[in-house]
Amino acid sequence: MHVNRNPLPSKVEAFSLGMAGLACFVAIWVAASISGLVPRQFLPTPWEVALRTYNLLWEPFAGATLPVHLARSFERFASGFTLAAAVGVPLGLLMGWFRWLDDMITPVFDGLRFISPIAWVPFAALWFGTGLGGPILIIFSGAFPPCLINAYRGARFVDRTYIEAAQMLGTGNRRTILHVLLPASFPAIVAGLRIGAGLGWQSLVGAELIVASAGVGYMMVQGQSNISTRTVMAGMIAIGVVGLVIDVALRQLEAFVRRRRGLR
Amino acid sequence: MHISRRLAIGTATIVTLLVLWPVLTLVTGTIDTGRFPSPLQFWQSLRQIVTVGYADGTLWQHAMQSLKLVVMGFVVAVSFGIPLGLLMGWSRRAEAFINPIFLLIRPIPPLAWIPLAILWLGLGDAAKIMVIFFAAFVPAVINTFTGIRTIEPHIIEAARMLGTGRSRLVVEVLVPGAAPMIFTGLRLSLQASWTTLVAAELVGAITGLGRVLNVAQTDIYPAMVLVGMVAVGVLGWATTRVLAGIESRLMPWLSVRA
Repeated sequence: MHVNRNPLPSKVEAFSLGMAGLACFVAIWVAASISGLVPRQFLPTPWEVALRTYNLLWEPFAGATLPVHLARSFERFASGFTLAAAVGVPLGLLMGWFRWLDDMITPVFDGLRFISPIAWVPFAALWFGTGLGGPILIIFSGAFPPCLINAYRGARFVDRTYIEAAQMLGTGNRRTILHVLLPASFPAIVAGLRIGAGLGWQSLVGAELIVASAGVGYMMVQGQSNISTRTVMAGMIAIGVVGLVIDVALRQLEAFVRRRRGLR
Repeated sequence: MHISRRLAIGTATIVTLLVLWPVLTLVTGTIDTGRFPSPLQFWQSLRQIVTVGYADGTLWQHAMQSLKLVVMGFVVAVSFGIPLGLLMGWSRRAEAFINPIFLLIRPIPPLAWIPLAILWLGLGDAAKIMVIFFAAFVPAVINTFTGIRTIEPHIIEAARMLGTGRSRLVVEVLVPGAAPMIFTGLRLSLQASWTTLVAAELVGAITGLGRVLNVAQTDIYPAMVLVGMVAVGVLGWATTRVLAGIESRLMPWLSVRA
């Protein structure tokens, strides 16, 4: 596919260029911090941030240690995401099979799509409180659309011959959806779950910044009001790492599913 | 035939919902108006914010403030993101140099920059522009990069064979070739801009639609919450339409769906 546009750097060269890039990034950061160009309080050095992250593993801040905050965040994420997948995937499959359902839901869905998940925060807090329920609604509204859309597309673009073969053999709606559409669109569904998980995790962070009394987002807000940039940065790292772990895990699942299917 | 049936069912659904809304809130009381407003309350709140104002401004002032910040953040992010994507797409060396930094920063969700932006820049416009920048920058870079890398090699080879110079190659071959992907990136960037702006304004702002949502939440004023949400949705939709309009104007050979 890729044709050599510009001379392709060798592996060694590419690696050293990458290292040089990272070194430049860190050097600029350290220089800005140490020179006092930016006050140290607002831009701590990388090692100060690393130390703070390490300390937060044991020392509680904003009511809990970092692992406890992370556990609370993850609990919310897992509940909201599971709910989004449990509603979105079946609904998407049904919409892919029943035209009338598609015609009914698509206009409503298209209208709601433009309201960003974060805009649900006030209603979420009003309806379900700020503990577990409210944030779950926000994660749900972030993770739901990709789950639904991918299941729907997967079901719509199933090879017609499978469906025709099933119908010729007299398969009913229920069995067609469960035994033809679901397996055939499984790769698309898993891809949707991965995108949904990413958006859900992002929405969770937003929700916790605004309404929550625990979780990493809450810890960051507390760090911000105490002018502890280190804590805020430690929170960013923690969020980034967990987000990455979720993404890698689901990518593995996706690759596994595709391999089982003989795709790619 | 099918399209008209589709339209009929869609319209019927929306009309049904619009009829159910007053019935469930005002007539039967199935939905508690303390939790979700009736159409009447919605209308009154809309009138209130348009004429008298709410949360220190009229709807127009809040909407214009939010729109201004989204456009500014989006334009800044895109004017850095597209050239960077072009550079990384064109030069493997630049890609090797920049990509690791990118991989380091990318897993941090845009919204997680909000506390840092407030620490650094306070609650004013600058902090919001910084957060929108981080949100809108990444899709612009990635899609431009992918767009360049997926251009048919023959096209570039043909241009080169004909002796096209560097700058002409970029302007007349690479940018148009990557344009569909670039616009896909821009659409994602725009969406991300709105999401992050609303979140940033909810965390702290003086005016803006997020501020309306925030004040309405503390006042436990569901009708105003709904007004704020609808306003955010309408502006998001309108800006997406404008972008799609620009896209189809620039690339009339592609049919664009918003």
